[in-house]
Amino acid sequence: MRLLRWVGLLAGLMLWQGLCSAGIVGSAMLASPAQVCAGLWELAVRGMPPEFLLHKHVLHSLLLVGTGFLGALFTGVPLGLLLGGSRSARAVLEPVFEFFRPVPPLAWIPLSVLWLGIGFKSAVFIIFLGAFFPILVNTCSGVRNVSAGCIGVAEVLGASRRDIWLKVLLPASLPSILAGVRISMGIAWMTLVAAEFTGVQQGYGLGYMIMTARDLQRLDMIMAGMAVIGLIGLAIEHCLGRIARYLLRWR
Amino acid sequence: MPTDLTLEHLCKSYPQTTGGLFPVLEDVCLHVEKGAFVTVLGGNGYGKSTLLRIISGMEQPTQGRILLNGQAVRQRLGRVGLVSQEVDLLPWRTTLDNVAFGLELRGMPQAKREHLASAYLRAFGLEKFSACYPRELSGGMRQKVAIARTLVTAPDIILMDEPFSALDYQTRTSLQCFLLQLWAKLRETIVFVTHDVEEAVFLSDYIVLLSPIPAHVVEIIPVPLARPRVRSAAATAALCRQVLEKYGSSSCVDNDEMRRAL
Ligand SMILES: Nc1ncnc2c1ncn2[C@@H]1O[C@H](COP(=O)(O)OP(=O)(O)OP(=O)(O)O)[C@@H](O)[C@H]1O
Ligand SMILES: [Mg+2]
Repeated sequence: MRLLRWVGLLAGLMLWQGLCSAGIVGSAMLASPAQVCAGLWELAVRGMPPEFLLHKHVLHSLLLVGTGFLGALFTGVPLGLLLGGSRSARAVLEPVFEFFRPVPPLAWIPLSVLWLGIGFKSAVFIIFLGAFFPILVNTCSGVRNVSAGCIGVAEVLGASRRDIWLKVLLPASLPSILAGVRISMGIAWMTLVAAEFTGVQQGYGLGYMIMTARDLQRLDMIMAGMAVIGLIGLAIEHCLGRIARYLLRWR
Repeated sequence: MPTDLTLEHLCKSYPQTTGGLFPVLEDVCLHVEKGAFVTVLGGNGYGKSTLLRIISGMEQPTQGRILLNGQAVRQRLGRVGLVSQEVDLLPWRTTLDNVAFGLELRGMPQAKREHLASAYLRAFGLEKFSACYPRELSGGMRQKVAIARTLVTAPDIILMDEPFSALDYQTRTSLQCFLLQLWAKLRETIVFVTHDVEEAVFLSDYIVLLSPIPAHVVEIIPVPLARPRVRSAAATAALCRQVLEKYGSSSCVDNDEMRRAL
């Protein structure tokens, strides 16, 4: 089975290379795998724009996504707990959130540039918006679905309100929270490129790198940039999956 | 410390979705002495779980009082142990941590509470499973863990809501014996709810027979059998038959009524 997973990937690569080498798809439309690899190498050692090396782009993007995501995590979970646990909080806040939730994060770009200016803050804000709602909604529904039995046990044993929150509601809704976290991380990473299109002063970021490559019509570098984004996304998802499996080993 | 329990004119009614009140308990009075093992016998929907939830302090009665050692206590949560009808171990905690949960809530230091919880697990024959999660335990084992979790906090009174009704015959009878052994050692006051006449006769000092809803105490039947009891003894069987007659007559729909209804 493990082997089979590679077969498809390899076949795809070969087909891709074949199409390009045979000239079926023009080089102005698609760079071949070999060209993409060369582009990747050039990005890593020479940089795009020159002197702006790949690993710095990666680090910068990770910083953006990390900041936006952590912001969403540290506001979304407490707010979700509050929303799930308190009926009056839900009555007040739910309509507000339900109103903003369907607005795509990218639609916020003009406002966020107006408020926060072009650059890091604005990009973080857009990523934050994309990541916030899945965490909020999942945490809230997780808390609401905690069985009355679990809460009753703690009550009968004399638990305080605080203990019920920390030792029952939070751990019981962890599966749901983690599901939200994984969705959020995916969205945050996807929002990244668009967020970086809002302009990055320092000249770093994978999205910025791809846009620069586009201006120079370096198709190989554009595609290499896309591949890097895909691979990093995959790696993050893998790590989160590992963490979730460890935290939910009781299931 | 064993405590005696008095229920004074307990009434409970629930608001109905259709409006109005649905009376579940009506004037339940009962006195249970220190260290007694009492069973409450009643069929499905007689309000047995409701009664225990009220005694435990999870719900308040609509009317009436609950006295512990002669004193009305409104805040009973944390003083009365409840083993509920559905097994409700916290699935993210290991067996040991589930048993130690009540101690943890009381702020006992980790080393001490784990020591105490381990001692109980050993007594319950569960020490091998102390690092397992609830999903890895059988139903009977889970029930034992739930009982250990209640006992380890040394509550004033132990309430048990049909703790064995979901178990097979073998497991049920062996857990009954186990419970009696524990009780003989600890001498705690136990109020044990069941719908099983045999179980009631085998376990308790006396049986409190409930009426159908709205429930009140129909009769208190003493069980004058010497302990340790033998299930197959003639006296046990005779008493079972006697209780069953009273229990049956309170729960059967009248024959004529049935004929008219169908
Ligand atoms: N929270 C509630 N709200 C409304 N009605 C309730 C509530 N809890 C119990 N009841 C009603 O009270 C009655 C008694 O329920 P209870 O669960 O106490 O019965 P029981 O004797 O424990 O039954 P069983 O043997 O099936 O466990 C039922 O008719 C039920 O519909
Ligand atoms: Mg019940």
